Amino acid sequence: MKQITDFKLMESIDYGKSVWQRYRSPVPLPFIEAGQFVQVRVDDSPDTYLRRPISIHDVDPTQNEISLLVQKVGDGTRHLAALTAGAMVNMVLPLGNSFSLPQSDRERILLVGGGIGIAPLFYLGKILKSKGITPQFLLGGKTKGDLIRREAYEKIAPVACTTEDGSFGEKGFVTQHSVWDHAVFDRVYVCGPKPMMKAVAARCKEKDLWCEVSLENLMACGLGACLCCVENTTEGHVCVCKEGPIFNIRRLLW
Amino acid sequence: MVNETIQLGKGLVLRNPVLTASGTFGYGEEYTDFVSMSDLGGIIVKGTTLHPREGNPYPRMAETASGMLNCVGLQNKGIAHFIETIYPRICNFDTNVILNLSGSNIDDYVQGAERINALDKIPAIELNVSCPNVRQGGMAFGVSCSGISQVVSEVRKVYHKHLIVKLSPNVTDISEIAKAAEAAGADSLSLINTLMGMSIDAETRRPRLSMTTGGLSGACVKPVALRMVWQVSKAVRIPIIGLGGISNATDAVEFMLAGASAIQIGTANFIDPAISAKVVRGIAEYCARTGFEKVSDLTGQLIVG
Repeated sequence: MKQITDFKLMESIDYGKSVWQRYRSPVPLPFIEAGQFVQVRVDDSPDTYLRRPISIHDVDPTQNEISLLVQKVGDGTRHLAALTAGAMVNMVLPLGNSFSLPQSDRERILLVGGGIGIAPLFYLGKILKSKGITPQFLLGGKTKGDLIRREAYEKIAPVACTTEDGSFGEKGFVTQHSVWDHAVFDRVYVCGPKPMMKAVAARCKEKDLWCEVSLENLMACGLGACLCCVENTTEGHVCVCKEGPIFNIRRLLW
Repeated sequence: MVNETIQLGKGLVLRNPVLTASGTFGYGEEYTDFVSMSDLGGIIVKGTTLHPREGNPYPRMAETASGMLNCVGLQNKGIAHFIETIYPRICNFDTNVILNLSGSNIDDYVQGAERINALDKIPAIELNVSCPNVRQGGMAFGVSCSGISQVVSEVRKVYHKHLIVKLSPNVTDISEIAKAAEAAGADSLSLINTLMGMSIDAETRRPRLSMTTGGLSGACVKPVALRMVWQVSKAVRIPIIGLGGISNATDAVEFMLAGASAIQIGTANFIDPAISAKVVRGIAEYCARTGFEKVSDLTGQLIVG
């Protein structure tokens, strides 16, 4: 069941272009699956009228806490990123569908994140780990500074990295990393900028790999009511907020 | 206890003056985690056309100062799908379920209205002659007296329940359009639909919406909507359902004071999915505080001069 909750910001760490924030709910959290998102109301930001959809980065049901990675894109996200511990933030959650989990613990999993798109893969990685599967992370950024919280990802599973400027990991894009050549994968999960996801999807199609991507089309309601965030699919226009954000690439017209 | 009942005539009775606006509340199902349908005067479900429509390409939305633009373009699966799939799921909601009907020609409106007339649990149609986002029909009917007169009178012949006509603000004189709709047989009027607008990304030098222009809604349109409700209330005798930027109970009371008998909550549902029920409570509280025994007594109580 979805809820509207005033969360308390417990901790915020600034990484320059983005922040990591941990929020506590005063009421028990609903069951949250990997890939779902929250709609955050940004108060006291005159240029921000609508809520901001943000991926759930991590969940700690024992503390009723969730964490988010917020990229400073416009006024709304900048305002949110500037909040300090103790701030109250209203969120609607959990929204959207979720990543499909593997059928067996023998499946080999690649989690590909680009930029702030690494966010939902963290919680997915944790869930996979709890099911006895150690995935391979492949995280990409423009530069080393984009690969935030890499150490936290490394605690879950091996992390391969690319940077466009070569400042960390292999130089280039995630699609060019050698991990694709050295290992075989049964499922590939992707979240990042659309051109990056399209490139990974093309690579997966070429190799006939199962692949799910997380879309982030501009949205208003987040509930499937306004029909603004549609993606064109094999079944026509569907709402990314409700039928997505997770789509198997076979459903997309990419 | 404040009496919240609103009689809109021709069999349409609301338990309170708050309806949810078409296109902002889905089919109600999207909001059942947040609002109890039995708290609302009614819900007006997503704009439906005789034949399925894919709507316009993405991007369909742009945020503006205190509002948003959309160019969804009436995406819906058509009336047959509504009747077979959606109606059975929502017809037992404990509230008035009203269908917003749109079309691209008179025949589509008439055939659509005929089919909805046969549905026992839909007490009213809101005739959408004011959608700014479709190339043919839609708003074209709603911007001239002859156009609105034609579509309303033809639908009136086949539709025997309460007929709401939703007016466009994108006209020179909305009072004249309102009078034409009344004369053609409308039982009530809802206003306003979205205001035509546009948004440009200076960096890319491109429009933010796929259709270049779209409909503006949200708090920013409220003063325009309020003015139009006030003007139309002077021009017609049938009830008015006011909408346009209503974000809280005070806004709703203002629309009733200006002449509305009921109100709709639209874009505000996106910001607070539970807002509609809060507005219901807030209107009753206002009445209790200010000594109105009946919510319906608020209508037109604006003090001028």
